[in-house]
Amino acid sequence: MPKISFSPNISSHVDVGDCDVEGDTVRSVLDSVFAFSPRLRGYLLDDNGITRKHIAVIVNSKPVEDRDELSDPVSERDEIFVMQALSGG
Amino acid sequence: MSHQIRVGTRKGFFTFEREGAGWRQASSDFLGVPVPMFHQDKRDGAIYVAAEHEHFGTKLHRMREGESEWVELDPPVYPEKPDDAPVILDPWRKVEVPWSLKKVWSLESGGADRPGVLWCGTIPGGLFKSADHGESWELVRSLWDRSERAKWSGGGYDFPGIHSICVHPENSDIISVGVSCGGVWRTCDGGLSWEQSAHGMRYDFVPEEQGGADPESQDPHRIVQCQGDPKRFWSQHHCFIYRSDDEGKSWREFSEVAPSAFGFAVAVHPQEPDTAWFVPAKKDEHRYPVDGKFVVTRTRDGGESFEALDEGLPSDLAYDLVYRHALSVDDTGNCLVMGSTTGSLWVSEDQGDSWSKLTSHLPPVYCVAFSR
Repeated sequence: MPKISFSPNISSHVDVGDCDVEGDTVRSVLDSVFAFSPRLRGYLLDDNGITRKHIAVIVNSKPVEDRDELSDPVSERDEIFVMQALSGG
Repeated sequence: MSHQIRVGTRKGFFTFEREGAGWRQASSDFLGVPVPMFHQDKRDGAIYVAAEHEHFGTKLHRMREGESEWVELDPPVYPEKPDDAPVILDPWRKVEVPWSLKKVWSLESGGADRPGVLWCGTIPGGLFKSADHGESWELVRSLWDRSERAKWSGGGYDFPGIHSICVHPENSDIISVGVSCGGVWRTCDGGLSWEQSAHGMRYDFVPEEQGGADPESQDPHRIVQCQGDPKRFWSQHHCFIYRSDDEGKSWREFSEVAPSAFGFAVAVHPQEPDTAWFVPAKKDEHRYPVDGKFVVTRTRDGGESFEALDEGLPSDLAYDLVYRHALSVDDTGNCLVMGSTTGSLWVSEDQGDSWSKLTSHLPPVYCVAFSR
């Protein structure tokens, strides 16, 4: 199963750690995590299910192509990392 | 007399407490996170804080009276736009107004006879209702679905927003909401139906034949209602000061106000409807104290005259701006608290005659209130 992990900043707000979950796209992997951590959804996606502007998703060290829908395919051995993008002021 | 002050800022939520003859900072919460709005429910003492995480969106937190920990609640969430709902564009930028929460901009209790009912105004213009102390929220479609919303536009933000919610103190079904920029909307049936009521407001820089007095596009920066005389409203509008004597259904203009009739904040005495306070600024895109002289203006005669108050405020040049939720009066009508964009916080305990500075080192202040 794909592996997904989260930056400490995210984990400081929502109790979620590294996990191996089902899914063949970035979005379906995230949906698997949301199933047991529903509050995480609102931290990463907006009301419309679109990735928040300042959330970055990386698969095997490369930013995903489809930022909005997260339809990028993933395979059994892929590693997904979710973090806050650089921003602020 | 109030003994606690709450302050929402660009970088957190702060509490000040009375200590002897002065005040001291007692606590800080959500440090580093913008807090555009908070609300203490006078019915049960619970405090609600909107924490607007720049990465993770807006979250809502509640601390009940007697508790010491914040509980995270689900924030208001817009439903998915139905396919048959019209696409509404911002009238100036022609950008679609999203069905998505951008900012919690107002929070109010739903009336003494409606325990647990809360109202929440948001950007991009949705009003939400909770019947369970903020545990869940529902978009008020009766207002959101009004076709006139196509005339609403953003003021200082990209999209329109509801910044003021006035629940009639004697009838919880009568509610007026202020929209920047969308006028004043009023319901008499608890939100089942709504009517525009910004009649009498106008822009001085838009000819009337070009829509300058169209109520649907007015920008009442803030509206407040006198609790002891609910017929009386005051509004600090984008161009002028306005007063209503008929529960906010029509408005009388006050334009000759020195040093300026422009500003954002207004507070009304809870028992004396003729007494109200404003914080003027140079209109309208400049937004700093006129000639760098920072004052509060007060009327005690219903707007027939205004006096500029400056005792205890900066005697040197100052460039503080006070946002629409950053001036508040307590339940006695004697104490005022005011916070500025440059991080200053002042208190007056004599109805504005004199002011004391608590600090000038806060982050930019968004909202203030005395806590019970």
